[in-house]
Amino acid sequence: MPRVLGYAEPLTVAPGEEIRFMVGTLDGPRRYRAEIVRLVAGDTAPGAMKTVRLPTSIDGEHVGVPQAIDVGSYAIVDHPEAFGELARFTVQAFVQPTRVPVRPVPSRQVIMGTWAEDRGAGFALMLDEAGALALLVGGALVSTGVALTARRWYHVAASVDLVTGTVAVRQTPLTDHTPSLEQPVAVTATVQASPPPAGALYLGAARHGIEDGRVHTTWHFNGKIDRPTLARVALSPPAMLAAATARSTAIPAEDAIGLWDLAADIPTDRVTDRSPNHLHGRTVNAPKRAVTGHNWDGSEMDWRRAPQQYGAIHFHDDDLYDAGWRPSLTTTIPPDARSGVYALRLEADGGPEFWAVFYVRPPRRGPRPPVAFLASTATYLCYSNYRARMRPGPAELFIGALPLVDTTDLLLMHHPELGGSTYDTHTDGSGVCHVSRRRPLVNVRPTGWLWNLFLDLCLLDWLEAHGQAYDVVTDDDLHAEGLPLLEGYATVLTGCHPEYASREMLDALAAYLGRGGRLMYMGGNGFYWRVSYPAAHPGMIEMRRAEDGTRAWVEATGEYYHSSTGEYGGLWRRQGRAPNALVGVGFVAQGFDRSSYYRRTDASRDPRARFIFEGIDDDVLGDFGAARGGAAGLELDAFNASLGSPPWALIVASSEDHSNAFQLVNEEMNVSFAGSDGRFSSAVRADMVFYEHPGGGAVFSTGSIAYVGSLGHAGYANNISRLTLNVLRRFLDPAPFATP
Amino acid sequence: MFAIDPSRTDLALEFKRRPFGPHSPELQAVLNVLRSSRHCQNLLLVCTRPHAEWMLAEKQPGGLPPRLLTDRVFTSLEDAEWHAFRIRWEAVTGQPLSALDRA
Repeated sequence: MPRVLGYAEPLTVAPGEEIRFMVGTLDGPRRYRAEIVRLVAGDTAPGAMKTVRLPTSIDGEHVGVPQAIDVGSYAIVDHPEAFGELARFTVQAFVQPTRVPVRPVPSRQVIMGTWAEDRGAGFALMLDEAGALALLVGGALVSTGVALTARRWYHVAASVDLVTGTVAVRQTPLTDHTPSLEQPVAVTATVQASPPPAGALYLGAARHGIEDGRVHTTWHFNGKIDRPTLARVALSPPAMLAAATARSTAIPAEDAIGLWDLAADIPTDRVTDRSPNHLHGRTVNAPKRAVTGHNWDGSEMDWRRAPQQYGAIHFHDDDLYDAGWRPSLTTTIPPDARSGVYALRLEADGGPEFWAVFYVRPPRRGPRPPVAFLASTATYLCYSNYRARMRPGPAELFIGALPLVDTTDLLLMHHPELGGSTYDTHTDGSGVCHVSRRRPLVNVRPTGWLWNLFLDLCLLDWLEAHGQAYDVVTDDDLHAEGLPLLEGYATVLTGCHPEYASREMLDALAAYLGRGGRLMYMGGNGFYWRVSYPAAHPGMIEMRRAEDGTRAWVEATGEYYHSSTGEYGGLWRRQGRAPNALVGVGFVAQGFDRSSYYRRTDASRDPRARFIFEGIDDDVLGDFGAARGGAAGLELDAFNASLGSPPWALIVASSEDHSNAFQLVNEEMNVSFAGSDGRFSSAVRADMVFYEHPGGGAVFSTGSIAYVGSLGHAGYANNISRLTLNVLRRFLDPAPFATP
Repeated sequence: MFAIDPSRTDLALEFKRRPFGPHSPELQAVLNVLRSSRHCQNLLLVCTRPHAEWMLAEKQPGGLPPRLLTDRVFTSLEDAEWHAFRIRWEAVTGQPLSALDRA
């Protein structure tokens, strides 16, 4: 496994601008080598890797030290003096725990409190190691002794009177539509403890201590916390019963220390206190907001329409937004550096290299080459730190072969603090819907799994081999800057798998086509999921796997709307913007054991498509390639006029003879039926499509992720390479395309 | 439920000769059993030297790292697939496939 890791900031940089790298070593300080390289071709075969070194000030050997990651989300109200010397107080909240108890290593889970492990002081309302509600104050712990049930809502409360030495704790299961025999539990105990000292209040965690000058946390809560309140009075047991019966955590303003309204400021990291004290806080590590609260009744699915039913935050002990590492290396990209995909290559102690990938965009002013490669940075990020294949599950059944990883991937299983991908689930089983580039990204590299960026390098290598100048632009910049990023390019080529797209990205691409642009969609399963870029969390993507689609997990009911933008999450296909309307095809099937080939159709003889097949006599196209042996494979898209594929589009080739592993995706079948695999169903195919756009431009789509893996076959002398070159040359010809 | 007929070693031979599909429907049925069996679902292939060496590993519950099975190093994906098929077949049917070693 690599012994040195890192990440870049910013993700994209123009020549002449500065870039920083956060580097950390594993298992103690060690020397490491660093250099910046431009990635031209990935490690598809022995000796195939091509990189071009970019001389910079950081070339050479450095001494690195470990940099910690404080994984786990929480909220902090950093007004220590407001929570000190409380001799009497009551803490209340609604909670829905999702991991009870924590196993295999038992852990406490703090709902709310000031507990500081390094000081051994404070208070905390929490679940104890067995999952029972407990109140910790000073050295005293009072537990109900009855574990809560995962995914059930409770009213929880603890009343503390340190003058009389009385602590009362009460957990009350809320009734809903799920049958339950569970009863409320109330415990009153006598304790001896001093009023806790001043300290910041945490929701969902306790302070662990200071490391590297930063607060680190522990005892993270897994689950939802709703309407937490803190009063400066000790409620009597009858008053606690009355509050639970009334399903209320409210307290009179005059008694309040804090009345936190978690339904306020949902798109942000702010936590709003409605009490007169204005003890506002902030979330850390981007817990999930816009989640259903204890009172959600299903009458509304959109948090903006019923915010009072969305007053909860879902915390996870493995949430991670910002690793927060200190910059280790800083340099300025030379003004004459060409646009491209770059990486800081790190190596220590002869271990595998680690790649911190970034992008040099074209100069902000000046001439542009005619071609732009649109790097699928949204998709790369959504797949980053993908660990699901390394966990027990049915991966082999949908891959059609053994899941394949390398020793660098194993790093993720040894270092869970690196966080997961949007294909993973949290430790409580809920889906990871936030993914951030502010951490080492273990699998965004030119090695390992031939997928996404690694596979896209086959396309860049092919452009280089043909002497075609190109710029590299990114999803992230397209989202932020829109159409101006693409203006001036005669042709834009996508990567092999631009699966994740924001509305802003789709709008820009549609406008580009509307102005006569030419788009080569060089992959499959593109423009599939909606994502958003939260303004409050730069470098992060939010996505919700709502309603339908081929999903690694299923979004929680009632939580389909993004917290950051209010957008309805899920498939673009379900939101009136199926990929078919943009690129003529949409996702239909996937399988990963062996890729197949295309066969030319009669429509390919249409004079409109003549330019595509110049110099090609073969009927069979792409029965070779680096991506599982063929050009048609991994994930496949097909033409579908009912989803918006232009009726005049030509399907110039379709794939066939797919293996049993290729299955029709579930959004393609209303009722599950047999015979839906590649051996039986003609719907399992990739359609290669060309259409003239009314704006004067055109679209060419391969409909297959594996396609670009065939470009370099036999020294680029093959029918896929020739066909692609034919298309590119015509697309670079300014002569407009006329619609039929 | 479908059960593997241990006498159908012809299907094992089909897999050995072509571990990556398409497969006959009968072999696919066998694979469905072997890959979904509770005891067989936990295998993973780890590349330990790029393009040259792979080891099987056993996935672990609870988020723990896979356990590398270091007793055997494979020099091709096909060899690793065949070995996984063999040990699963034997685990499920109780019948060894050693007769196919030289096939």
